[in-house]
Amino acid sequence: MMWFNLAKAQSFMPTQGTEIAKQVDNLYGFLLITSFIACALVIGGMIYFVWKYRRKTPNDKTAYISHNTFLEFVWSFIPLVIFLGVFAWGWYIYHDMRTMPKNALEINVVGKQWAWEMEYKNGYKTVNELVVPINTDVKLILSSLDVLHSFFVPSFRMKQDAVPGQYTAVWFRADKLGDFHIFCTEYCGTSHSGMIGKLKVVNKEDFDRYLEQGQEERNLPLAKRGEKLFAVKACASCHSVDSPAVKVGPTLFQKFGTEEVLDDNSKVTIDENYLRDSMLNPNKHIVKGFPKGVMPTFQGQLNENELSALVEYIKELK
Amino acid sequence: MATKSAHHGDNYINFEKGLWSWLTTVDHKRIGLMYMATVMFFFLIGGIMALLLRLELFAPNAAANVGNVLKNGDVYNQVLTYHGAIMVFMVIVPGIPAILGNFFLPLHIGAKDVAFPKINLASWYCFMAGAALAIATFFFKKIDTGWTFYTPYSIRTGTATVLMVLGAFVMGMSSVLTGLNFIVTVHKLRAPGMTMHRMPLFVWALYSTAILQLLATPVLAITLLLLAAEKLFGVGIFDPALGGDPVLFQHFFWFYSHPAVYIMIIPAMGVVSELITTFSKKVIFGYTAIAYSSLGIAAVSFFVWGHHMFVSGQSATAGIIFSFLTMLVGVPTAIKMFNWVATLYKGSVSFDSPMLFALGFLFLFAIGGVTGIMLAVLPIDVHFHDTYFVVAHFHYVMVGGTLMALMGGFYYWFPKMFGKMFNESIARLSFVFIFIGFNVTFFPQFILGAMGMPRRYFDYIPAYENLNKISTIGSWLILTGFLMGLWVIVQGLRNGPKAPLNPWGSKTLEWQTASPPPHDNFAVEPIVTAGPYEYR
Ligand code: HEM
Ligand SMILES: [Cu+2]
Repeated sequence: MMWFNLAKAQSFMPTQGTEIAKQVDNLYGFLLITSFIACALVIGGMIYFVWKYRRKTPNDKTAYISHNTFLEFVWSFIPLVIFLGVFAWGWYIYHDMRTMPKNALEINVVGKQWAWEMEYKNGYKTVNELVVPINTDVKLILSSLDVLHSFFVPSFRMKQDAVPGQYTAVWFRADKLGDFHIFCTEYCGTSHSGMIGKLKVVNKEDFDRYLEQGQEERNLPLAKRGEKLFAVKACASCHSVDSPAVKVGPTLFQKFGTEEVLDDNSKVTIDENYLRDSMLNPNKHIVKGFPKGVMPTFQGQLNENELSALVEYIKELK
Repeated sequence: MATKSAHHGDNYINFEKGLWSWLTTVDHKRIGLMYMATVMFFFLIGGIMALLLRLELFAPNAAANVGNVLKNGDVYNQVLTYHGAIMVFMVIVPGIPAILGNFFLPLHIGAKDVAFPKINLASWYCFMAGAALAIATFFFKKIDTGWTFYTPYSIRTGTATVLMVLGAFVMGMSSVLTGLNFIVTVHKLRAPGMTMHRMPLFVWALYSTAILQLLATPVLAITLLLLAAEKLFGVGIFDPALGGDPVLFQHFFWFYSHPAVYIMIIPAMGVVSELITTFSKKVIFGYTAIAYSSLGIAAVSFFVWGHHMFVSGQSATAGIIFSFLTMLVGVPTAIKMFNWVATLYKGSVSFDSPMLFALGFLFLFAIGGVTGIMLAVLPIDVHFHDTYFVVAHFHYVMVGGTLMALMGGFYYWFPKMFGKMFNESIARLSFVFIFIGFNVTFFPQFILGAMGMPRRYFDYIPAYENLNKISTIGSWLILTGFLMGLWVIVQGLRNGPKAPLNPWGSKTLEWQTASPPPHDNFAVEPIVTAGPYEYR
């Protein structure tokens, strides 16, 4: 146990998802304590002096002290030593951060306005979701389709810019199961703050299964993938697909291309965009006779591929 | 048209009359006041933008429908860009040198004016022209690149990058001209007996700053021109789609902008040196160390730009070298802090409002400094870079440092500039609000950054809500403080009692001439026989 563990615990840093995160926090804990002492000395000294030597009469006599070589040497030398010390400690950790492990699991990550696209070696692609096995070296190869982005996982103390026109890389070895945030930290325009992804650390078996499923899914026709999703996302609990029967919501059977009457008596044709809106923004159009606010939004839960799969599936309900 | 006989007012303000006499003046004091009026105006605009940003961040608006102050991310990004660009290029950079420097540099060294009075006026016009271009973007598609103009976003965005960078370019010229003027003034116009080592530390600070302005600003100018050329004519320099390198822009940009952060802070350090000695009636501790550490900082600051780019894709070796060099800049900065505190020892410390701002500076700059060191440590910066931690750090140094010093210096020299005193109690109260409000606004941002909240965010996850709320409330306290300050100034100008020659008992030259000073600064040329802080 080190004496700065207390500071570390109070430092508001997010969960430590990797060994490097722990090392970074140790150094940060040390810096916090030293900074606190330095500020206490400077600010405390200032407050003590201004109080002790506050003006008592308009003609107070003051001391004439123009300098003191020894003192000045000491207070230049001590900070120098501390600064070089933390520099060296930082260098040591940084070296680990930047030295790519051999035989790491490689995953390509492409930043684009405003999403992260992950591509696994077997060709499986996901959007804003990165699944990795625990206790395994993972190397991310970053690039960008348009402007600068920066791949940031606070829990791993890991950040790297994705630069158009070149590859950059980071590595990590997650040692905690769970979901972690991925943020974009290089300003990239309108939805910079919405460019949030999820990094899931899972067991090795789960990871293999995830990849296999992904692989299988990739080989399925679009409509088939939609069918699976329709079941997984429990759409079927409210929408019938094989008869005109009405459940909680309107039926989707033989609906594509027909006209729908909305609650304000206007009419719309059910096309791809109408379906998309209905999933992402369900209260935008309410079909006549159905209450508002019943269907939840699937914004953020369906990626582009999944949306197209669902639209394709609904199209083919004949 | 004023006749020659009208030219005999007893001070620089009534020496000539009418708006035209101001617009054509070559008197450094009047030019200082013109900068003051314009910078205060821009500060108001930049401040309103800041309040809007904080209001938007009062609550995450994806979850609930509160906090929807700015319509969408695009509007937020524009307000953010105007706030940053105005505060940096139109407030903090020109602030102390152009207002207080212009007014007091010649007075400090016993000169009648700066070396090139007409160039001095030209630099004000440059500043105004650049500012006009920058403001014009508001009417042509606005601007949303952030004040850093990073490529390739700035090339691909549909907003008015070119106009904006031209504005910054022209304002840069103004900065170069001022720097040039100050360097020559310091070398050529010192009064008899005013050796370099008898110059007030404020002059040393302006001198070091001037060197930076002269050497660093042209790099920004070239960079911005290249950016404009790329955007206008498709010359491929920074955009990879045209065969350019986006990271090159960052190198160029920070090669100017890192020294520029010292353009922003060194003059403030100069002001603080003046305030601390005057209000503790004591010779400054370590005059030589303070004077030369300004030059030292200025020199080393050219070689640390890469500490803004630890995760940009630059090589690990470059990162290590830049981290090391950054540590070296920390040392002279720390030395200055110790010198100021040591000056208080066995002094006779008063708590007049300028001194409160100087003490506030020490407090806030200490925090800004230690967090700067944290950011210079490689793996720590990897986590903090581009999060709210960096936002907090640079507000502690730029607002807590530079702006505090500007306010303190302004109150300190107010009696000399206008020949009137101001309401001291309200001035102190305004300090209390600004100081507390500042900490309430920005301290939580260190924590937000540690928690991982990225900067330039229109919206955030709910975990960050409470700290953002506190921060927004702080911004209203700061507003209150500045409104009080404005009242103090207006009230002092209109009804302030007549100021004595030297209300604070300072030893520097400007206090020996009338308040306000005559057109020629001194009735007879002063002869200097001692250093600037001879409180014996
Ligand atoms: C002890 C002295 C200082 C040190 C060691 C220091 C260190 C740093 C470092 C390492 C960064 C980069 C952080 C990042 O982008 O990840 C940074 C950012 C910054 N610093 Fe400092 N700093 C110091 C003083 C100052 C001063 C005096 C100012 C201005 C008056 C200043 C203004 C800034 C600004 C504006 C940024 C952020 C730029 C941006 O990304 O927009 N710093 N500082
Ligand atoms: Cu810097």
